[in-house]
Parts: sequence; C-alpha cells; structure tokens
Amino acid sequence: MNAALLIAGAIAVAGGLGVVIGRTPVHNVVSLIVSFIGLAVLYLTLDAEFIAIVQIIVYAGAIMVLFLFVIALLTTRRDPVQNRKPEPSGQTFFGIVTAAAVLMFLVGGVLGLEAPGGEGIDETFGQVAAFGRELLTTHVFPFEIAAFVLLVAVVGVVILVGRKQA
Amino acid sequence: MSETALQGYLALSALIFTLGGVGIMVRRSPLIMLMCVELMWSGAALALITFARHVGNMDGHIFAFFVMIVAAAEVAIGLALIVVLFRRREEVDADDIQQLRG
Repeated sequence: MNAALLIAGAIAVAGGLGVVIGRTPVHNVVSLIVSFIGLAVLYLTLDAEFIAIVQIIVYAGAIMVLFLFVIALLTTRRDPVQNRKPEPSGQTFFGIVTAAAVLMFLVGGVLGLEAPGGEGIDETFGQVAAFGRELLTTHVFPFEIAAFVLLVAVVGVVILVGRKQA
Repeated sequence: MSETALQGYLALSALIFTLGGVGIMVRRSPLIMLMCVELMWSGAALALITFARHVGNMDGHIFAFFVMIVAAAEVAIGLALIVVLFRRREEVDADDIQQLRG
C-alpha cells in the first residue's frame, strides 16, 4: 500500500508540476489529466472505488474535454508566445516563497497530527451501493441543492456566452 | 490505517494544494489559473477521502462528491468568462483585467 502511495503520489505531483510549468495550454491539460489519474489510483488505495471512477469519468473525461474545447476555440488564431509582456518583477519569486510558507504551515500541522484511528471498515465501504444509500437518504437535501447549483451554472453559461456580440 | 500512511496521504494532499496555489500566483493566463484551481480542489478532495478511510465513515466520500459537482459548475462558469474575455481582446493576461480595481 505504501508503494502505491509513493508511485501514484509521484505521478500526481509530476502532473501538477507540468500544469504549473507548461507553456502550451494543451500540454497543461494533458498534465492535469495525468495528475487526475494518479489521484484516482490514490482514491482506489483508500477504498474509495466510486469516487475513483467518478474522478476518471467526470474530471479526466468531461471537464478536461471542456478545457480542450475552449483552447481549440480560442487559441488557434495566434501564437500564445507572441507579444508576451514582461513579467512584473519578482512575481515568480514571491509566489513561490508564499506557497512555500503555506506548505510548511500545512505539513507542520499534518506532522503534529494525533488522529485516533476509527473503527475498521466493512465490506461495502466506498462501493456504489453504500455510496448511493448514503447520498439518497442521509444527504438527500444537499443532493437537491447540488442539482440546483448545476442548473444555475448552466443558465449562467448560456447568459454569458450565448449573448450576441454587442 | 497507520499513522505514517495517514500523514503521507495528508502531506501529499498539502503538496498538491500548494502546487495549485503556486500556479495561481505565478501564471498569468486565466485558462491556466483555472486549471490550477482544479488542482487545489483535488488536493482538498484527497484529504477528505483520506480522513473518510481513516475514520471509517463514508461522509467524506459524499463531501468529495459534492466538491466535484461544485468544481464542475465552477469550471463551466469560469470557462464562459474566459470565452467572453477572449472575445473582447486578442491577448488575455490576468493583469490586464483591472476595470474593477479601485
């Protein structure tokens, strides 16, 4: 299990680095997909089968295809490297320093953590049937709200993009 | 789940979250900043699922599922905003979008 953590974690982090460093938007998207696949493997090692599958289908599939569509729609006409303005001085440096401070804070909290282990898990933990029962009984009200959030998002997108050019 | 494994997963989740944060602060293309936000969501979801396994309670899975739903809505709106921005001007840089600056 620890070997899986190391390998899948390395893949996820490498994909994340690719997203931050890559200069061509398509490469960034591919890196992000690699990162999401690594995360899905991590979810599998944590017995979260359903979430791992949803991660692959929804994230690595649907959402990333949406990104690819937007890139294909918008950046065909020009070379993104062209007429790039000079970076504000020190942006990269200060960004990395701030993030390093946040990382040290978070990891410090993790290393000082004393979490009592819960009771063991049963056979059905993380499987679709158990997940569905939880979602549609205990958490049915948030589920309805989530449906409404998606509806609002769809209407918002249509209002933003569907408007005729002014 | 052993204490070291728990800490390993949580440290990884912190690392992925921070990586997304670096991207948002360093990159200036709105499209890539949006991808980095996705990375941060994923780091948080990993922590949720780690604790769900540790405690032996599936509520963390439900929460991670809702995180994905909200992320999907956010991506749809964010990409729509980016499309509108690209329509208005040729080259989009996050530093150029400052009409609301006081």
